[in-house]
Amino acid sequence: MATNAPRIPSQEELEQRRRLQVGPETVSNQASTDFPGHWPGENHAWNIDHFRETFRVQFHKSEPLDSEFSLIGIDTSIANAFRRILISEIPTLAIEDVFIRQNTSIMQDEVLAHRLGLIPLAGNRNALNWMKWYHRPTEDNQNSGSPSDYNCAVLHLNIKCEWKADGLKLAAQGETDPDKLFVNHSVYAKDLRWTPIGKQEEIFGDGRPLEAVNPDILIVKLRPGQSIDLLMHAFKGIGQDHAKFSPVATASYRLLPTIDILKPIVGDDAKKFAKCFPKGVIDTPVITTEDSQDDLELQGKEGQVRAVVKNAMKDTVSREVLRHEEFKDKVKLGRIRDHFIFKIESTGQWDSEDLFLESVKLLKVKCQRIRRGLDEMNK
Amino acid sequence: MEEIDAQVDRDRIRVLPGSTPTSASFQFDNEDHTLGNALRYVIMKNPDVEFCGYSIPHPSEAKLNLRIQTYDDVSVYEVLEKGLRDLEGLCDVVVDTFAEARREKDARVS
Repeated sequence: MATNAPRIPSQEELEQRRRLQVGPETVSNQASTDFPGHWPGENHAWNIDHFRETFRVQFHKSEPLDSEFSLIGIDTSIANAFRRILISEIPTLAIEDVFIRQNTSIMQDEVLAHRLGLIPLAGNRNALNWMKWYHRPTEDNQNSGSPSDYNCAVLHLNIKCEWKADGLKLAAQGETDPDKLFVNHSVYAKDLRWTPIGKQEEIFGDGRPLEAVNPDILIVKLRPGQSIDLLMHAFKGIGQDHAKFSPVATASYRLLPTIDILKPIVGDDAKKFAKCFPKGVIDTPVITTEDSQDDLELQGKEGQVRAVVKNAMKDTVSREVLRHEEFKDKVKLGRIRDHFIFKIESTGQWDSEDLFLESVKLLKVKCQRIRRGLDEMNK
Repeated sequence: MEEIDAQVDRDRIRVLPGSTPTSASFQFDNEDHTLGNALRYVIMKNPDVEFCGYSIPHPSEAKLNLRIQTYDDVSVYEVLEKGLRDLEGLCDVVVDTFAEARREKDARVS
């Protein structure tokens, strides 16, 4: 090269670099190449302003417990860090200790305690943010880490199954429906009772009290004479320690699929082509005279249908289309390397979009902590 | 999130034996691919860096090894420091852009 001026790749070339190619058995061009020294003469050094200009967010679905959005123009390593943090490092409150006073149900104490732990809890978000980690007493200091209002929520479950007034008589007549015979024969998550301690009453205030996200989770079934009386301590924890602390049911991403039709696909072939994809991906409009004027290959085919890509985002990239001989060399499948379609399903303690923001903040905190340690080391 | 104790963070970091000012392996306790790969990416974006890679030496030990080698006389410590700052800056941009896009979306809906 004559000068030292950085080479600027064409828009077309950059587009090509963002593409992963999906073949019948292979995926190629997966690795990102935007590093200094990879492309001679090009500048790929980290530039925050460039990132700020090119990074984009699009929302597709926003429900409190289910959101879908795209992050465009970010590297896989970063997107994956967010996903990993979402699953395993955002703290939530879950039942951790169960003190069983009475359990005459058929379910063993440890199984019952495990089931209680898995129930997702929800409550006033600000109050939950106010709560801190609980530290267990250590071997050398038994008095350390006592549960208190700022790190522990206390819940009770006290329930006894009994015959209804006319239950025995009905049973003698052959009635078998437990709803008609017994009271409290099924214990649900709504039977958990939260008792605010210390400042919790004030901090939770008029907001949502601490309760199960879904009141209808069946915990255990009872029969007359069986009873359960127990006390639970809910603490903050993270998914890395136990899956019950994970704030999401799923947090995942996929890359935006692309479908390039290289040569026109017309008539019955177009219908077959559309069937190779999920509904809504391929449209089959009728060829108009305007279309045939724009594209010489469509001339003389007016009135027939042709295949056009309507919404590639809906594609599952099953690669079915690549199995058919007639579409060979007519279609190219791919994905966009830096277009991540995130799907976050919250278990209910957090809003799903807040969860994403929290994951980004946590990644920043991780960096800050390492940097602080590094500063100390270099002192 | 908890009370800040710089000593705790100090004790999580080691420089492995055999380091020079331009090439060193760092070891971080209680970190994994989450930080390892993200940090590797931003450090590799630095033109002064000849090589950067990370590994988890053993799956049942919560340790992360990060290797950095630099060109010329650039200090690996400064490169690591810059990498961490760049990653923090990136997080800020993501939060801002996301929050902005969310506001626009909410305004459209209502």
